[in-house]
Amino acid sequence: MSSSGTAPAANSGSPIIEVSGLCKRFGSFSAVENIDLTIGRGEFFALLGPSGCGKTTLLRMLAGLELPSDGTIRIDGQDMSFVPANKRPINMVFQSYAVFPHMSVLDNVGYGLRIDGVPGDEIRRRAEEALELVKLGGFGARRPDQLSGGQRQRVALARALVKRPKVLLLDEPLSALDAKLREAMRLELVNLQETVGITFVIVTHDQSEALSMATRIAVMNQGTVQQIAPPAELYEFPASRFVADFIGSVNLLEGRVEAASGGRIRLACPGIATPIEMEQDRLPAVGSTGWVALRPEKIDITKEPPVEAGMNTVSGKVEEITYLGETSVYHVRIAPDLPLMKVSSANLDRVTRRAFTWEDPVHLSWTSSCGVVLDR
Amino acid sequence: MEDWRRGRSAFWLIGLGPTVWLVLFFLLPLTIVWLYSFAELRGVVDMEVTGTLSNYARALDPLYLEVFGKSLVFAGITTGVSLVVGFPVALAIVFATPRWRPVLLLLVILPFWTNLLIRTYALIAVLRVRGFANFTLEWFWEQSTTLLSLLGLGSYQLLGERFEPLELLYNNTAVIIGLVYVHLPFMVLPLYAALEKLDRSLIEAALDLGASQWRAFLTVVVPLSMPGIISGAILVFIPALGSFLTPDLLGGTDSQMIANVIERQFKSANDWPFGAALSFLLMYLTFAALALRAVFARNAGGL
Repeated sequence: MSSSGTAPAANSGSPIIEVSGLCKRFGSFSAVENIDLTIGRGEFFALLGPSGCGKTTLLRMLAGLELPSDGTIRIDGQDMSFVPANKRPINMVFQSYAVFPHMSVLDNVGYGLRIDGVPGDEIRRRAEEALELVKLGGFGARRPDQLSGGQRQRVALARALVKRPKVLLLDEPLSALDAKLREAMRLELVNLQETVGITFVIVTHDQSEALSMATRIAVMNQGTVQQIAPPAELYEFPASRFVADFIGSVNLLEGRVEAASGGRIRLACPGIATPIEMEQDRLPAVGSTGWVALRPEKIDITKEPPVEAGMNTVSGKVEEITYLGETSVYHVRIAPDLPLMKVSSANLDRVTRRAFTWEDPVHLSWTSSCGVVLDR
Repeated sequence: MEDWRRGRSAFWLIGLGPTVWLVLFFLLPLTIVWLYSFAELRGVVDMEVTGTLSNYARALDPLYLEVFGKSLVFAGITTGVSLVVGFPVALAIVFATPRWRPVLLLLVILPFWTNLLIRTYALIAVLRVRGFANFTLEWFWEQSTTLLSLLGLGSYQLLGERFEPLELLYNNTAVIIGLVYVHLPFMVLPLYAALEKLDRSLIEAALDLGASQWRAFLTVVVPLSMPGIISGAILVFIPALGSFLTPDLLGGTDSQMIANVIERQFKSANDWPFGAALSFLLMYLTFAALALRAVFARNAGGL
């Protein structure tokens, strides 16, 4: 569907999870609607979407904590749709961590092994190994209330990993951590996943989290999957306006397709004098409505009109400037009834010497290959 | 605004009323009864506090010790049965939908709005030979017999010639039934409070780690609701130990509990010093139970 063609590297062999036609209804409310999904062995897969999009419900169905209303879930080739949670080769790290407060750290980690009837000395050895793996070696005797939030999360991780599940599910694992720790933990989770080689499925509402960690991302909205793709493909070639807008920041220009042939599309956008020309493999029908999706960092902002030929150009006036440290975002009015265009520009000089200020007339330009035309 | 804890006059003003009330109507009468327990009878109603320990010596007579023992056993069984019956009830309320929860809680405390005496008499109407329990059993007996006759097995009289009503009243079982019935809310409410605070994801985590429902209940739900279990057990055990109306109305001749003996000393026997001594023995027992709980609570990390 896209021109980038980046296939998930780890997606070799038979998939570990196959979901087909999966639905979950609560009364008349449909939380998950007809989802098809395959997750390969060793993938770091992210379910991304706004709150209430059904991503947690989907994760809980994979864990066996909710039963599907319709459809099937196959895990490692076996139909597990209605197998209860305690019989699935899957373990979960809960959003609240759910560390048992009445047990020591070591007893928490060893809980699943104790249930399985593993001998006592082996439980101890494996639990200590698992704690070592999450860098909590020597914490075994502590009680959960003596741990920080980040440490409790590591206990939950060790407790789930010690059972050597085929899939590890993580429900919003970083949402309760503070910003600095969150960033460090992202890297650590990725490294951990590479070390243990277990398939990770993570639920998150934070697009930067998904982009930085996952090998593939499923973007969800209102119970359906909008697009499944690797991070770069998702960012550069979003399949819909929802995905374009949810992943990062985007400018959407609505127009009518005037011509579409030979990998080139021409759109007439109301409020913009010259038609916009874009390059794309997938061509929409002539006469249909299309949206040009442009990332703010891919647009040039200049005082003079650009000299190169073949550039799309609009002119406007700087109305708002947001200073973000390494970049500034200029909000430019290009037509009275169009939304402001966001253009981000690296602050290579100090702000006191910045090229544009409020009310400056500017020219915005972009090449025909730096955005996509969406039809939905 | 000034911190009210530092405003000493305000503190004393607010505290004065309850303090006076407690001293006048609780501490003082209790002290008087305590003194009575060291008194000797002079004539029919007169008493003299002589500091004698004879009342306590008499209370430790095997005859009374046996009644004490029986009271402890009754209270213990009542606590156990209440726990076994109350736990599923509390769980059901916690897991009910938010719409049903207040309704179910109301049903638990509804009996409190009826006088204990009335409720106990109602229980008599249920348990007596010609009571509702036996009526129901008889109805089932008749239906079954009719069914058997229809099947052509009537002549064998498999269920007996006629219905024999069960003797449900005026025995120890009736006392236990009555005590459990009266004290069940005191078990359900603290259990509900403890279970309501329980994080559901802990149960889910146990299931996710491979535990069966039953195993998750035993290893996660029960230990984490221990404060509720202990509170409920104390709230049931102590009043059950001092019950006198229930064994009086529902029990047989051998179902006397210690409170019945105490009541008799103050009323029919008119031996206040001995009654006071028995009362205080019961009280010392209660204090010991509470002290034990305090020790337990400290060991469990201030639960």
